[in-house]
Amino acid sequence: MLRRRKKPEERDEVPSATVVGDAPMLAGIPVPAGDPFETYLLTTAEPVDLNEVQVVSPTVDELIAQGVELLVPLVGQGELIGALYLGPRLSDQPYSTDDRRLLAGLAAQVAPAMRVAQLVQEQQVEAEERERVQQEMKVAAIIQQTLLPQDLPAVAGWTVDAFYRPARAVGGDFYDFIPLRDGRLGVVIGDVTDKGVPAALVMATCRSMLRAAALRHDDPGQVLADVNVALVPEIPPAMFVTCLYAIVDTEAGAFEFANAGHNLPYVRTSGGVEELRATGMPLGLMPDMEYETVQHELSAGDTMVLTSDGITEAHGTNGEMYGFGRLMAQVGASSGDEDMVSSILDDLESWTGQEAEQEDDITLVVLHRTTSARDAAAVFAGQENGQMEPLASFSVPSEDGNERIAIDKVNVAVAGLALESDQLERLGTAVGETVMNAIEHGNKGDASTSVDVEVAASARSLSVKVTDQGGGADAADAEAPDIEAKLSGDQTPRGWGLFLIEHMVDDIRHSSDGDRNTVELVMNMNGGPE
Amino acid sequence: MTGTPFDARVRLEDGDTVLELHGDINRSAQDRLGEVYDTAPAPERRLLLDFEHVDYINSTGIALIVGVLAKARAAGHDVAAYGLTDHYLEIFKITRLSDFMTIYDDDKSAAVAASD
Repeated sequence: MLRRRKKPEERDEVPSATVVGDAPMLAGIPVPAGDPFETYLLTTAEPVDLNEVQVVSPTVDELIAQGVELLVPLVGQGELIGALYLGPRLSDQPYSTDDRRLLAGLAAQVAPAMRVAQLVQEQQVEAEERERVQQEMKVAAIIQQTLLPQDLPAVAGWTVDAFYRPARAVGGDFYDFIPLRDGRLGVVIGDVTDKGVPAALVMATCRSMLRAAALRHDDPGQVLADVNVALVPEIPPAMFVTCLYAIVDTEAGAFEFANAGHNLPYVRTSGGVEELRATGMPLGLMPDMEYETVQHELSAGDTMVLTSDGITEAHGTNGEMYGFGRLMAQVGASSGDEDMVSSILDDLESWTGQEAEQEDDITLVVLHRTTSARDAAAVFAGQENGQMEPLASFSVPSEDGNERIAIDKVNVAVAGLALESDQLERLGTAVGETVMNAIEHGNKGDASTSVDVEVAASARSLSVKVTDQGGGADAADAEAPDIEAKLSGDQTPRGWGLFLIEHMVDDIRHSSDGDRNTVELVMNMNGGPE
Repeated sequence: MTGTPFDARVRLEDGDTVLELHGDINRSAQDRLGEVYDTAPAPERRLLLDFEHVDYINSTGIALIVGVLAKARAAGHDVAAYGLTDHYLEIFKITRLSDFMTIYDDDKSAAVAASD
């Protein structure tokens, strides 16, 4: 059977074909290019008597040697699709005119049917290929999403926010948070070229290498240099990774970073927005690269913003890219406490239009240094009007023991108020007991709910509000605890919580809005009631 | 500051059974405290509660201590305690635990007092 030779632009790997190079085969015999026999078959619509054909062709000789006497070409749309070949008639008589007419008629039917069969097979191969690619994308997406952080780190005095949204064809964006000693936090953002499973695997490798190097070195430039050296032999050719690695000293309020070709980081202060530069090539290109480490302060109220290309390269309704200028302006326009992520995404959406399909992965990592307790104390020191300044706001999941987290965070929040140590301890006990009640009674110990805590202070008093989702049910103790009754067995030994709270603080105020119950603990400072 | 698991050890000193308490006295201390108390030998003189290695006591912990105190008194033992921080001493006073056990600053003063 002569297999149809494909046009050059259509040629690709067909799994079950037995094509020798590009040459078609005739009963297993390759037909050399330019063989006149092929042309002859194309121009003849009739069965061909091989013994009588007036064409000089090695193919004909071979066919005759194989015992083929009659060859019926199958032609469709000017292409030789295949052929029927027949040996001598069983009766040993030559093929008659009727025979040939029958065969020509048969060929006319078979040719299109065969063509259809060939097309169906090609389509099936394409569909399988498409499905394979889709499957690969699914796997890549799973790899990628497993490697991205599941939670945001909670850092006293800071708000950490991250946003990640992949494009439809999985891209190579990633980010990571690496806890380090002494209150420092490693922050990573990066982008692997290419898409699919190879990119996802490079991302996995890069992430592990970064974590390992981050524990070995305190200097971001050294960390990236290490990762680069390790990555170069591992990374497929023509792939590379842009990456920014920052170490934030959350206690001192400063950070240092190194940048391997990734988007420039922004720092937003009350004075405006800066883009920061640190030189370095993307990872994985050449070994022995050096990466500059750059330091920067982050004062209370400042915000550090890390981004990926998916924002700047997004095309607007006018066809232009969003660009760095617009992004930088948007970072500058967000006021200190505003949700930076939302404000950037909202502006991006108004640029691209709501219906636009996302072109590339979008990643945003934002670190905001909240106004510290020390600064708050300075703000209202000497204030006469008693206006409350917020110091901290956080949540804890309603799990047994989480009141300890709340106590610690309140301690951090009030660090600048210079409370006496006994006041601080009383506050700790009061907060612990209040949060415990909120967890156990308000939220019924349901870990999917949380207890919200807000700390505020004025020059004269300190307030801690503890809110649960208890819907009004309050577990006030039935009776005041009486130790003698407890010792004699007339009361259960329990029931000390509210009693302790009442003795630790100066005032307790309850409020409720139906769904949420709030207990406010008020402690007067400077000794004595207001 | 992260939580420290509770533990208790028993030692005998001059006729006192000393319950040396460690870590956090909260809900999760219940089983261990009960186990140690129940297996401790009865004192000839006093049951001494050593709080020197205790980091944290919440209201559930107070309830557990009240429970121990009740059992000890029911068995006719004198109970004393030492090693409380000022804050927890204040709480013992507010709850009146200090009315039912003698509170000392430390083990030395507790020892001295016993031999009086």
